[in-house]
Amino acid sequence: MRGRVAYFGVFTALALIFSYVETLIPFHFGIPGMKLGLANIIIVLVLYKLGVKEAYLLSVVRVLLSGFLFGNYFSILYSLAGGILSLSVMALLKRNGGFSVMGVSIAGGVFHNIGQLAVAMLVVETFSVIYYVPVLLVAGMVTGLLIGIAANEMLKRLVNLNM
Amino acid sequence: MKTGLKKKDWVLIMIIICVAWLTILVHIFIGGKGANRVIVKIEGAIQDTYNLSEEGEYEINGGTNVLLIRNGKASMLEADCPDQLCVHQKPIALNRESIICLPNKVVVEIESGTSREFDAVTR
Repeated sequence: MRGRVAYFGVFTALALIFSYVETLIPFHFGIPGMKLGLANIIIVLVLYKLGVKEAYLLSVVRVLLSGFLFGNYFSILYSLAGGILSLSVMALLKRNGGFSVMGVSIAGGVFHNIGQLAVAMLVVETFSVIYYVPVLLVAGMVTGLLIGIAANEMLKRLVNLNM
Repeated sequence: MKTGLKKKDWVLIMIIICVAWLTILVHIFIGGKGANRVIVKIEGAIQDTYNLSEEGEYEINGGTNVLLIRNGKASMLEADCPDQLCVHQKPIALNRESIICLPNKVVVEIESGTSREFDAVTR
């Protein structure tokens, strides 16, 4: 149990570092809110290594900490909606079985964007953001796949890590 | 090449691509031509309307944002928010396209104005 808490601390620190590194990369594709989501590598890792509950906890802790450190009120609201929706879908697919780490991560990336879009629609009270859906779907799929490949490789090398 | 992707993964990818295509088609179908009005909404309420063919710079929302209309395209020139997402966004020109500045709750939208009735008459 003590080992799990220690690992949770390490993963939280890692997720925070990834969030910070992400703010350093100037990513502007002309689409607001589009980014790689490096911290999601850690979320996927925790989901597979520690479990769903821990992944939720890490997700919320990560968003709050990185939001207060590097972002603002809006980025917290956004990331929280995206993160929780994405994690819920990932947990569901993982429990369902038949999906690889990449597949789970792809679904996570896509639903992360859908969650954020839903918040955007509520905040600005317009439906015209629907126009972004195809771009966000494909973007979420590509970033999700990249994150999934990275997480898969990490999981392969962490097979002996028992928690 | 061994990708490690399972069958269900591919199904998921196909579904995502299909939905993306479908929404693109819907957008093209609803969008179409005749986009000529730039509408500025603040907290969902229409504040100003500009003509897309008239070039110019306009201060909106009491000066928090500056809207630029040039070559039949609208873009955000300035915003006082820290993230500058709306400023970095590409110019918009098609129906229903929009630029959104979340911190200031500003939405810039393209609409076809009265062209629908006009089309019906000329046809």
